[in-house]
Amino acid sequence: MARTVTPQKKILNTALSWTLAIIIFFPIFWILVLSFKTEGDAIRTPIEVLTSTWTLESYSIVQERSDYLKHFTNSIIIALGSTVLGIIIGVPAAWSMAFVPSKRTRGILMWMLSTKMLPAVGVLYPIYLIFIELGILDSRTGLVVILMLMNLPIIIWMLYTYFREIPAEILEAARMDGASLTSEILYVLTPMAVPGIASTLLLNIILAWNEAFWTLNLTAAKAAPLTAFIASYSSPEGLFFAKLSAASVMAITPILIMGWFSQKQLVRGLTFGAVK
Amino acid sequence: MSTKHSRSLARIMIAPAVFALLVWMLIPLSMTVYFSFKKYLPLRGGDLGWVGFENYSRFLSSSSFWPAVGTTIFIVGSVLVITVILGILIALLLDQPIWGQGIVRIMIIAPFFIMPTVSGLIWKNMFMDPTNGFLAHLWRAVGAEPIQWLSHASVASLVTIISWQWLPFATLILLTAIQSLDSEQIEAAEMDGAKPIGRFFFIILPHLARAITVVILIQTIFLLSIFAEIFVTTAGAFGTKTLTYLIFQRVLESQNVGLGSAGGVYAIILANIVAIFLMRIVGKNLDN
Repeated sequence: MARTVTPQKKILNTALSWTLAIIIFFPIFWILVLSFKTEGDAIRTPIEVLTSTWTLESYSIVQERSDYLKHFTNSIIIALGSTVLGIIIGVPAAWSMAFVPSKRTRGILMWMLSTKMLPAVGVLYPIYLIFIELGILDSRTGLVVILMLMNLPIIIWMLYTYFREIPAEILEAARMDGASLTSEILYVLTPMAVPGIASTLLLNIILAWNEAFWTLNLTAAKAAPLTAFIASYSSPEGLFFAKLSAASVMAITPILIMGWFSQKQLVRGLTFGAVK
Repeated sequence: MSTKHSRSLARIMIAPAVFALLVWMLIPLSMTVYFSFKKYLPLRGGDLGWVGFENYSRFLSSSSFWPAVGTTIFIVGSVLVITVILGILIALLLDQPIWGQGIVRIMIIAPFFIMPTVSGLIWKNMFMDPTNGFLAHLWRAVGAEPIQWLSHASVASLVTIISWQWLPFATLILLTAIQSLDSEQIEAAEMDGAKPIGRFFFIILPHLARAITVVILIQTIFLLSIFAEIFVTTAGAFGTKTLTYLIFQRVLESQNVGLGSAGGVYAIILANIVAIFLMRIVGKNLDN
């Protein structure tokens, strides 16, 4: 509902918006600054911090001392693995519900959504026990499976809302032209479905990357992704502001960039189509 | 247009997803219910037999239960009030024509993409640390005594951290809802001489009602299970133990699985009460 406003009003609104944006974004900006400082400088007053020398020291220390790369790799494998697995299971399911709806479709969709509402802490011990029994505690496989299950309802719902926007007439037209089922799927539907699948992939990678209940409770040294690695700074020794900042910046940058591209999908994905 | 053939194919296509979610829901859930009726201490004797509803009554009568309920309600309630009110205001502002809208939007949305352990620790150390934190420097600069945020104002500090994370979510959804408002309606109201305040209360707010409800319900479900932010900041000390955190401590820290499982069943019931309302709205939308 963009309307024209007077220049004075636009200046006022701009100033107000920027002030708010800077306040909200400030913590992220500040760790970016601290990550380029020495530990000694990072605890000084803000003015002294800004005027002290800039250095890449903290980044190299974090890399060397803490197997940062291992945790980063774990995060990538867990986030990508769980999402891709979820898409593989989710696409056929969403597909059949969108194109061959039956009386039960609505019920199934609602039931899937209800599994997402299950509080994780309610099943913490059973999952912990099952993981020990199966020997997958502190393993990437275990986390891939559990995060896939956590996000599967969101994946199916998002795909379903995207697929439903593909007009059914196109299918009929293709069928009239004598297209077989395989060529119908390959040449007609897939190209139209790709953007929706890509958006679903993006949002769910973000959600899996940031998941911090199961990753904290089901991992130790071996499979710990970045969420758990960063948590180890909650009881540190000595000065650590610069190191924590550097580690944090590296952990959030990839997802921050992806997140900026997925603003629209975020609304669709997390409100289950209730807000458009 | 669907044939018998395509119907059975559809069933096969949906089977893996239904099976996975069914297993995921039924097995752990029934185990939790099973443990909740047992005295089960893995490190101190293991399975000590059936105890009926004893765990359920003990969980409710333990001295940590009511404080945890209070903390949970306070945190969830405050974060909801803060994020919804600020979210509406920011969404209204961002809906106006301004310079650099794209960048402003990006900056405001950013906190939502920060992993919970990072946001918890950024605030705990770089901002709320009573000697070296940014706020301590700020307080000293104006001659005030720095505040021990996470020990003396622990719950308020957590509310700040969690609100910072969830404000972008509320803003983004409310902004999407505002932008779908018909501009002709607003213009018509303007021509009828409606004041900005009147326009807000009689046109914009009613239009936002559904989006606000959705924000409240979804946030409530996520906020009830807030964990990492507490884990890395206070670890449940200084009165910041929520229901979720209490159950976590019972189950994994003190390994009293029976008691923790009874708590888990309560948490599931609580989440379901909220979920019913959310599902109703989502379901209505599905019919359109």
